[in-house]
Amino acid sequence: MECNCIEPQWPPDDLLMKYQYISDFFIALAYFSIPLELIYFVKKSSVFPYRWVLVQFGAFIVLCGATHLINLWTFTPHTRTVASVMTIAKVLTALVSCVTALMLVHIIPDLLSVKTRELFLKNKAAELDREMGLIRTQEETGRHVRMLTHEIRSTLDRHTILRTTLIELGRTLSLEECALWMPTRTGLELQLSYTLRQQNPVGYTVPIHHPVINQVFSTNHAVKISPNCPVARLRPAGKYLPGEVVAVRVPLLHLSNFHINDWPELSTKRYALMVLMLPSDSARQWHVHELELVEAVTDQVAVALSHAAILEESMRARNLLMEQNVALDLARREAETAIRARNDFLAVMNHEMRTPMHAIITLSSLLQETELTPEQRLMVETILKSSNLLATLINDVLDLSRLEDGSLQLDLGTFNIYTVFREVLKLIKPIASVKKLHVSLSLAPDLPEYAVGDEKRLMQTILNVVGNAVKFSKEGSITITAFVAKPETLRDSRAPEFLPVPSDNHFYLRVQVKDSGCGVSPQDIPNLFTKFAQNQSTATRNSGGSGLGLAISKRFVNLMEGHIWIESEGLGKGCTAIFIVKLGIPERVNEYKLPYMPKMPTNHGHTAFPGLKVLVMDENGVSRTVTKELLMHLGCDVTTVGSSDECLQLVSHEHKVVFMDINVPGTDSHRITSRIHEKFAKRNERPLIVTLIGNTDKLTKENCMRIGMDGLIVKPVSLDKMKSVLSDLLEHRVLFEGI
Amino acid sequence: MDVVNQLRRQFVDYSTSLHREGILDDQFTQLQKLQDENSPDFVVEVASLFFEDCEKLINNMGRALEQQQGVDFKQVDASVHQLKGSSSSIGAMRVKNVCITFRSFCEAQNREGCLRCLQQVIHEFSLLKNKLQTLFRLEQQILTAGGSIPVIE
Repeated sequence: MECNCIEPQWPPDDLLMKYQYISDFFIALAYFSIPLELIYFVKKSSVFPYRWVLVQFGAFIVLCGATHLINLWTFTPHTRTVASVMTIAKVLTALVSCVTALMLVHIIPDLLSVKTRELFLKNKAAELDREMGLIRTQEETGRHVRMLTHEIRSTLDRHTILRTTLIELGRTLSLEECALWMPTRTGLELQLSYTLRQQNPVGYTVPIHHPVINQVFSTNHAVKISPNCPVARLRPAGKYLPGEVVAVRVPLLHLSNFHINDWPELSTKRYALMVLMLPSDSARQWHVHELELVEAVTDQVAVALSHAAILEESMRARNLLMEQNVALDLARREAETAIRARNDFLAVMNHEMRTPMHAIITLSSLLQETELTPEQRLMVETILKSSNLLATLINDVLDLSRLEDGSLQLDLGTFNIYTVFREVLKLIKPIASVKKLHVSLSLAPDLPEYAVGDEKRLMQTILNVVGNAVKFSKEGSITITAFVAKPETLRDSRAPEFLPVPSDNHFYLRVQVKDSGCGVSPQDIPNLFTKFAQNQSTATRNSGGSGLGLAISKRFVNLMEGHIWIESEGLGKGCTAIFIVKLGIPERVNEYKLPYMPKMPTNHGHTAFPGLKVLVMDENGVSRTVTKELLMHLGCDVTTVGSSDECLQLVSHEHKVVFMDINVPGTDSHRITSRIHEKFAKRNERPLIVTLIGNTDKLTKENCMRIGMDGLIVKPVSLDKMKSVLSDLLEHRVLFEGI
Repeated sequence: MDVVNQLRRQFVDYSTSLHREGILDDQFTQLQKLQDENSPDFVVEVASLFFEDCEKLINNMGRALEQQQGVDFKQVDASVHQLKGSSSSIGAMRVKNVCITFRSFCEAQNREGCLRCLQQVIHEFSLLKNKLQTLFRLEQQILTAGGSIPVIE
C-alpha cells in the first residue's frame, strides 16, 4: 500500500525503541513543565531583568519538547505530514537554540557579574555594620564623657571635683577600684589622696621616680600598667586574676603658670596619677574607646581643677582686698578725725589766744597814751613789748602748723617789689639805728618793678632774714642785695635737689643779706632751719624769739618754689643768708588792682558814678544833708525827701538806688519797700533799695532781706565805703554787709 | 607865710585836741573830706543845721520832761533818737554817747535820770558848739590869710 508513510528506522517493538519512546515522552513532559515553572517563578519575583532571554529559552525548550513529543509518533509508521511537522519542529528548534546559544554568550557573564556584585555588597554591608557598632560605642563614650564632665564641672570645689570624677568613672566603666595619687609638697613622692572604695585613704606614698610612673607621665595617653606596680597594689590580695590596670596622668596647672596672653608651657608640670582597675576575674579588657573616655575625662578634670584653683585664688584676693579696704577706711576716718580735732583746736586756740592778746596790746598802747610816771611808762612798755612778742609767737606757731600740713596756700597777687623792700627797711631801721648798725639796700636795675606772688609772706621772709641779721650783729653793717638770678647761677652745689626751670612767665628773685655779726659754725648750719632749734653758743637770751622764724621762712620759700640757705665762714666772721624765690611776671600791670595804691584824691570821686540818679530818704535833717553831700561827691544826682510819703511820691524808674536811713527799722521801711516792689513790677526797672542803719544784728539783716531790700549799710559811712558799696551794689545788684 | 603856717599849726593842734578829747570823731573828718571847691562851706552848713536841730530837740525834751502829770517818755525817746542820729552824722561823739545813756533812762522811764542826761546833753552841746565855732574861726582866718586848710588824716 502506498501510504506515503515513513518507516521508522527501527522496528517498533524493539526494547530499545520502547525505552526511547518512554524517554522522549518524559523529556517532552519535562520540557513543557520547565518553562511553566520558569514563568511561574519569574512572575513571582519582581526582579528579573532578562525576560527576553526567558522567552527565548522558553521557546527553545518548548520547541525541544515539541520535537520530542512529535518524535513519539515516529516510532510507528507515520504519515508524511507527521514527518514534515517533525521536520519543521526540528528546524525551528535548531533555529531557536542557536539563537539562544548565541544570546547566552552575552548573558551568562552578566549573570555571573551580578553574583560577584552581590557578594561585594554583602561584604560592604558587613563592614558598615561593624562601623555602625563602633560609632555607637563612641557615641556612648561621648555621652559618658559629657555626663561625667557635667558632674565634674557642676562644682568648683576641688575635693568634690575629684571625688565625683572617681565615682562617675567607676560607675561608667564599672571599675573595681579607681584611685588618684597627688604629688606631695616636695614633689618627690606621690601620695594616695582619693580612692573609690575607701573614704579617707591612709597616706600611702610612692616615690615619683618609678619607671612605670615616668612612662605614664611622659605621654598624655592612658597607659596600661602591670597590676603589680606599686601604685596599683591597692586591692586586698587573694584574688585569682587581678583585672587590667590603666594609669593616666592628670596635669595640675599651677596658678603661676597662667599668664593672660600666653598659654602655660606644658613642660614644667606637676602631674597627679589616676589609676583605674577593672574588676578581677572578669576577663574584661580595656577597649580603645574606654581608654579614650578616660583620657577625655582626665583633660576635663584638669580644666575643672584649674578653674577651681583660680576661683580660690580670686576669692582669697578679694577677701584680702576687702580687709585692706576696711582697714584703710578706718585709718582714713581716724586720720580725718585727728585732723578735724587738730583744726578745731587750732581754730579755737587761734581765736581764744588772739582775743586776749589783742585786748592786752590795745589797752597797753592806749595806756601808753595817757599820763604816766616814768616807772609806770617803763612797765607799760615792757608789757607792750612782751605781748607783741607773744602775739608774734602765737602767729608763728599757728602759721607753722598750717604750713606743715600743707593747708597753707600762697595769696598770689601783683605787687611792687621796691615797695616791699622799702617797707622792710623802714621797719628795721629803728632797731638797727639803736644798735648802731648800718643798713644798706641795693636793688639791681634789672629787677622788675612789679611781680606776681604772695607779697605778705615774701615780706615776712625778708623781714625774718634781715631781722636775724640785725639780731645777731652787735656792730658793723647789714647789706641787703636783690637781683634777678641768672640760670647759670641758679644751680648751687649746696642744693643739688634744687632744679630751677626758668620760663617766660617767671623769674627768680635772689636776695642776699650779709651781716657782720657773730656768724655760725659750719656744723650748726644744717640745724638752723630746724624748728625750735636755737644756737646755744651765742647770747640768745637777749634775742628772744622762738626759733621758728627760719623754719617758717624756709617753708614759705619752699612754697614759692625756691631755696634758702646760709653761708658763714665760722664764728665771729659774720654770715650771709641767701634765698631764691620764684615770682611771676605780671602780663599787663594795668589789669591788676594794685593793693598799695596811694589813696585816691577826693576829686576823683566826681567821676565815679556820673549822673547816677538816686533818692535819699531820711527824717533827720543833719544826717540827710551829710548823706546827700557824700553821694554828690561821688557824682550822683541826688534827690532828698524827708518822709516816706514823699519818698513814694517822688520815686520813679529813673532813680537807680533809693537810700533809706532808718532810725527805727520796722513797719515804715516794710511799707516803703513793698510799695516800691509793687510800683515797679519788672526787676530791672525797679530802683535798688538800700537801708542805712546805725547798728545791726543778724536778725535785722534777715528781716531786711526778707522784706525785699537789696542792701544794708552800717553807719558811719565814709566816702570810700560809700564808693565801694555803690560799685558792689551796682555790679551785683545786692549787698548785705557782713556783720 | 609865717602867719599862715602858724595859723595852720594852730588849726592842726586844735583839731587834734578835739579828736583826742573825744569831742569829735572820725565822722567829722569824713565831712571835712567832702568839702571841696564845689561845696566850700559844707561843714559849716552841716554844723549850723546841727546846732539848730539840737536846740529844737533840747527844747522839746525839756518841755516834755517838765510835764508834772505823766512824762511822755516815748516822745522824749524819739527826740533823743533824733539827736543821736544827728550827732553821729556830724561826728559829735560825746553828745552821741550821752544820747545812748539817755535812751536807756527813757526806756526805764526814769525821770531823774533823764533830767540828768538832759543837763549833760546841754553841757556837751554847748561845749561842742563853742569848740566848733572856734575851729571855724581859725579856718576863716587861714583862708583870709591866703593859706589852705590843712587836711588831717
